[in-house]
Amino acid sequence: MIDKNKRLKKLNINISELLIRWETMLLIIFILITIINSRLSPYFFNYVNIMNTTFNFTEKAIIALPMIFVIVCGDIDISVASIIALCSVFMGLASAFGVQTWGLIVIGCLAGIIAGFLNGIIITRLNVPAIAVTIGSMSLFRGIAYVILGDKAFTRYPSSFAFLGQGYLANTRIPFQLLLFTILAIIFALILHNTTLGRKLYAIGNNPTAARFSGIPVRNIRLLNFTLTGFCAGIASILLTSRIGSTRPNIADGWELEIITTVVLGGVAITGGKGNILGVIISIFLLGFLRFGMGLVNVPGKVMNIVSGFLLIIAILLPEFIRNIRERILLGKERIRGGYKDETSSI
Amino acid sequence: MNFVKRREFTLFILIIIQILLITFRAPRFFSLSNFKDILDDTAILFMVAIAQMLVILTAGIDLSVASGIAFSGMSVALLNQYHPEVPVFIILLLSIAIGFMLGSFNGLLVAYGNIPPIITTLGTMSIYRGLVFVLSKGTWVSAHEMTDSFRYFPRINIFGISLILIISLMVIIIFYIFLYYTRTGREIYGVGGNITAAQYVGINLKKIKYLVFALCGMICGLSGFLWVARYASAQSDSAIGFELQTVAACVIGGASIAGGKCSGCNSGSSFFRYYKKCSSSYQGFSILADVYSGFYYYCSHHY
Repeated sequence: MIDKNKRLKKLNINISELLIRWETMLLIIFILITIINSRLSPYFFNYVNIMNTTFNFTEKAIIALPMIFVIVCGDIDISVASIIALCSVFMGLASAFGVQTWGLIVIGCLAGIIAGFLNGIIITRLNVPAIAVTIGSMSLFRGIAYVILGDKAFTRYPSSFAFLGQGYLANTRIPFQLLLFTILAIIFALILHNTTLGRKLYAIGNNPTAARFSGIPVRNIRLLNFTLTGFCAGIASILLTSRIGSTRPNIADGWELEIITTVVLGGVAITGGKGNILGVIISIFLLGFLRFGMGLVNVPGKVMNIVSGFLLIIAILLPEFIRNIRERILLGKERIRGGYKDETSSI
Repeated sequence: MNFVKRREFTLFILIIIQILLITFRAPRFFSLSNFKDILDDTAILFMVAIAQMLVILTAGIDLSVASGIAFSGMSVALLNQYHPEVPVFIILLLSIAIGFMLGSFNGLLVAYGNIPPIITTLGTMSIYRGLVFVLSKGTWVSAHEMTDSFRYFPRINIFGISLILIISLMVIIIFYIFLYYTRTGREIYGVGGNITAAQYVGINLKKIKYLVFALCGMICGLSGFLWVARYASAQSDSAIGFELQTVAACVIGGASIAGGKCSGCNSGSSFFRYYKKCSSSYQGFSILADVYSGFYYYCSHHY
């Protein structure tokens, strides 16, 4: 009898632990959203529609991948949208001088790498908090884009350039962007979960000082993260510029917050040291399909923002809430009251 | 010599150098009326930067200030449009109350929901901004739909100084006294300085965290009304991007983003505004303002 009780209790814990797991929660929300969407609109479950809607979020998703690394290390990068603008402007300039598609790709990636490297150098070598530096470089990069472009726009790109952002794989309806994202996601997942570099990232996020004393090159790894973010922002910039076929200085305005929202909703702790790729990928599709579904039933974009804002808050409140209730049930009145609880989480 | 080493002193010198440079280029810049205009323009930033500073002192950040300003501004503008008989004084109080509610929501989530401030305010930023749109159904309230007493409220002259500046100075003085001479004010510094020590000393962390967000919200609500009245138009994207200006002002002014250190917020924000104004008086170079901003940001941080 006692044995059975014990086993029941254990089973209970296992189920609730599974429920508490972020990915499970996200998956449940994702399925709910899909069901509601397909009830609301007959056009939701349509292969072509679903494939085409991925155009709207793969660029952001590509930046979300290195952003996971940055946030796992306990940093943050809010200059990504401005890096997109900067790369796009440089590509536009090069295109005006007659550079062909391959050249444009190289220029876009290089500009991104340099911008990210600059962020990283200032953050790691001069020891300035990442949030302070990237707020600064956000206006710096965007400002350079405004200085070069003013109120004009670059619209002349070689015709083969359009394939990158608009093309499909041969004879299918799978966008090239989606394939690129899938490849990048697999690479990033392998690095984060199957290499020593990935483990080092978590170590840095949990305790940078301890990580440094264990011989991890903390500063170089953080520098690498920011450079990688710049590089991916460059790729996203190439795709976005190719998709909309023009460059304006306000391109990708406000994306930085959307990307951070996606990553945090995916279960990456903003304080660092926690999170995985799977959760973020689910959250990318969750937010993307949510917007797609709401778009089908004519919900304005600003109202979608309300929904995703609430989703972000609820997704973080809910596990905390469940954990509290579980603690209360399991420990009953024995719960230690007034004991030291770590409330030192900062920005 | 201690005085010279302070950041405020450096910022002050930088402001004067800038004024001289601009005056050299455009002599008309150096006039009393121009300075008064600049101060009027900066008044809202003064207030909101102080509010942001409160939050940053506790090692938090409030990214929802601009959305809060837009929301309270739009609500009072709509009230004024449909019920012009409501006196301005009531509107003023109402805007503070609306701001208080928005700030409390942030504060409750941060203090009692244990969500990190940057996440909470990232979420509420888009929520409040979306609510402005829902409230106004995407329309604007423009100058001719507002009553005169509403529109001219920030411009009322008292001994040659506009009311908006007086309100902003009053807010600064009140917060100065609050932060330096009251127990709660010192506790706010304590929480930012060392949160663990603060807890052992017996400071109620939850209360302090809630309080700073609620106060920040109240200031934003007030600024929302002043913003809409001053610019005589309420739009769903008014004050967009303003949150980062306030953070920048605080950081330039010397607030440590890790909390617990800040005094020169005012000089920071005035500096920030001065250079914007300055660069706009170079004709055609106003676009450089953003580059300039990023550059100074680095410099001031390394100083």
